[in-house]
Amino acid sequence: MHELAIAESVVDTVTERLPGAKVTCVHLEIGVLSGVVPDSIRFCFDLAAEGTGLEGAQLKITEHPAHCRCRDCGTEFQPETTILLCSCGSADVAVLGGEELKILSVSVA
Amino acid sequence: MCGTCGCASEADIRLFAPDGPTANYPGHDHGHDHDHDHGDDAARTIPLGDKVLAKNDALARRNRDWLLARNVLAVNLMSSPGAGKTTLLERTAADLDGQIVLSVIEGDQETALDADRMRRAGCRVVQVNTGTGCHLDAAMVGRALGALDPPGGSVVVIENVGNLVCPALFDLGEAYRVVLASVTEGADKPAKYPHMFRHADIVLINKTDLLPYLDFDVGDCMAGIKQVSPGARVLPLSARSGDGSGQWYDWLRQKVPARRG
Repeated sequence: MHELAIAESVVDTVTERLPGAKVTCVHLEIGVLSGVVPDSIRFCFDLAAEGTGLEGAQLKITEHPAHCRCRDCGTEFQPETTILLCSCGSADVAVLGGEELKILSVSVA
Repeated sequence: MCGTCGCASEADIRLFAPDGPTANYPGHDHGHDHDHDHGDDAARTIPLGDKVLAKNDALARRNRDWLLARNVLAVNLMSSPGAGKTTLLERTAADLDGQIVLSVIEGDQETALDADRMRRAGCRVVQVNTGTGCHLDAAMVGRALGALDPPGGSVVVIENVGNLVCPALFDLGEAYRVVLASVTEGADKPAKYPHMFRHADIVLINKTDLLPYLDFDVGDCMAGIKQVSPGARVLPLSARSGDGSGQWYDWLRQKVPARRG
């Protein structure tokens, strides 16, 4: 389960950016095409945060839908599954959004 | 392993040549003894905007620069467990002996079995055991590359931990991503694991020698790959019999950097 590695990366990044801070909330942005499952991150976050300045912090996750543009017909669309197919039948699409995996902000005491 | 959360701490990761000493990573400071005090009345919010995988990505860039400076081609080979990655590499090493210099970084949770196989195949090899970890990351590969010391003009294949999910997220610094599917897994794997197939440069469909005994439809599988990764080359082959491997070798030979000087 790579979400544990992802949760540890969140904890490491925040700890490096704000050494010694007592973090009360971490706000993540997760795209549906990022390959990361928000519920799994929630499951792992408390474990990864234990013993760090992020222990006990609330985890807020904003999920981002996929947003694509078809390279064949130019249509922009939001695919409903992770198979990125345009209604014209083309699979040759550019991903404009949905791959985000970011720490938007943190709240500190 | 971290006793509380079950994660693979760095102390669990071992990197070694099959006949050399084992080098442990320095332990992590993921402590678990502490007092709770969660008062957070006067919180202030600090915008960060950092990519979660920024650290891995930076290390991957460092690996990529190192490989480029050395004139070494690195390929990240990924598949589910048992798809035939090591068998493919054994045959590739034997068939391209004298044409390309191939060395291998083996990623597995435990054992040096694959490293032993590749050493017997005549390759320079470093084994990375990830403990409970389910994928290789750029830091592990950076250390393995240093230990492997590949010569200029050669090819390094990074045989990732067998897993169609987690390795897709972690850039290792490779030039190309090769995904190996196999006919015993079912033709629907590209649709079920789109993240893995989406960023593949080339997809090999292995074990075609077993097709007479299975219901696997190669056309369906290729169509599924084209849906998630329209730009990927798709090559059916059998690493066991060697059928179809010529196109894979052509692709590899084409990508090998010319020797300098």
